[in-house]
Amino acid sequence: MERMAYRLTAPHPAGGTRRQAIVGVVASGNLEVLVERALPPDVCSVEVATSVRGFGPVWEAVVADFVARRAAGGLRIAINDSGARPDTVTLRLAQAVRLICAEEP
Amino acid sequence: MTAAGRIPAERLSWYEATARQRLGALVDPGTFVEIIGPEERETSPHLGIFDLPAQFDDGMIVGRAAIGGRAILIAAQEGRFMGGAFGEVHGAKLTGLLRAARMSRRDVVVLFDTGGVRLQEANAGELAIAEIIRALVGARSVGAQVIGLIGGRAGCYGGGGVIAGCCSTLIASEHGRIGVSGPDVIETNMGVEEFDARDRALIWRTMGGKHRYLIGGADLFVDDRPAAFREATLAALGRGGSLGLDTLVAEQARLERRLARFSDETDAIEVWAALGIGNAEAIPELATREFLLAAAGHRESADEAR
Repeated sequence: MERMAYRLTAPHPAGGTRRQAIVGVVASGNLEVLVERALPPDVCSVEVATSVRGFGPVWEAVVADFVARRAAGGLRIAINDSGARPDTVTLRLAQAVRLICAEEP
Repeated sequence: MTAAGRIPAERLSWYEATARQRLGALVDPGTFVEIIGPEERETSPHLGIFDLPAQFDDGMIVGRAAIGGRAILIAAQEGRFMGGAFGEVHGAKLTGLLRAARMSRRDVVVLFDTGGVRLQEANAGELAIAEIIRALVGARSVGAQVIGLIGGRAGCYGGGGVIAGCCSTLIASEHGRIGVSGPDVIETNMGVEEFDARDRALIWRTMGGKHRYLIGGADLFVDDRPAAFREATLAALGRGGSLGLDTLVAEQARLERRLARFSDETDAIEVWAALGIGNAEAIPELATREFLLAAAGHRESADEAR
């Protein structure tokens, strides 16, 4: 297992009022993303636990791109990864943010 | 808590869906309240030793919800995480839910999707199976129903198959394989001539939902859709039922009768023919409606024996 943690300044605060959301499954080539509204609106933190070692720079790039583009401010994000490709990671991050920003049922 | 999938519930395949998608599509909207949710990070204490990634809910989602306005307790296994297998935390969550069912006398719906016990925490997993069965029987003994839904990728095997056998009602789709030893386990131990685990058609007709329904191993047969599972769950909740000595005696008699009736058959198709189904070879090809018509009047039922 390799663990990484990032704390970034987020230009776009997350909308909505849900306290948390979770998407994805920890299965081969997949990952789960848990998002919690737990930080000041201009900060986003991402913790990654992955079974595949040695891809720190890729994770850093994916996370930085995500926080720059999406409304991720105020979110504490935790990832359990089982070897997902960067495009899958980007997709799950986007799904997680969309879910926590969605209207309550 | 819902899943992110944008696929409308009516188009969702139960087989393809995640545990959270199934759960969200099954219960009344907005009624699910999770207990020990992923934010509590109650993950497996064992997987890290093997350098394996954890999942925040350990592949088991438990909570309260309503179906058709009726308050229930509900559990769902994620078959894609560790094959839905039972470990220490995964099992303890279901045990706790079933104990709560005994105290509250509330019915329980279990969305099975499991290959059995997790090899990396086998002792804890086997103990969990025993505790779950004890808690399940405890809940049923005070009148709570425990309804099992089976139609996921992993099927319902190993200890999961034993737990399913203790339920008051089982609802299965064609994809819902139920067994104790899975195809690979049988082939490994008994040889390929006994069971060829690569023969998908053999697996479906030996362990799949249609065969289980025909021989009384499953009580309701449904399409691979959340709406179909929901409708069947509502019907099952209305049936009531209790577990007593009479039930067990009836079940023993049913199984002995079944053994005597079919012990000479060597393939499921022969069993279906012996049940009196005219065109038994065609059963695997039939759509749900035609299959239910073909089964009516011929299938064995466990109605008095669950």
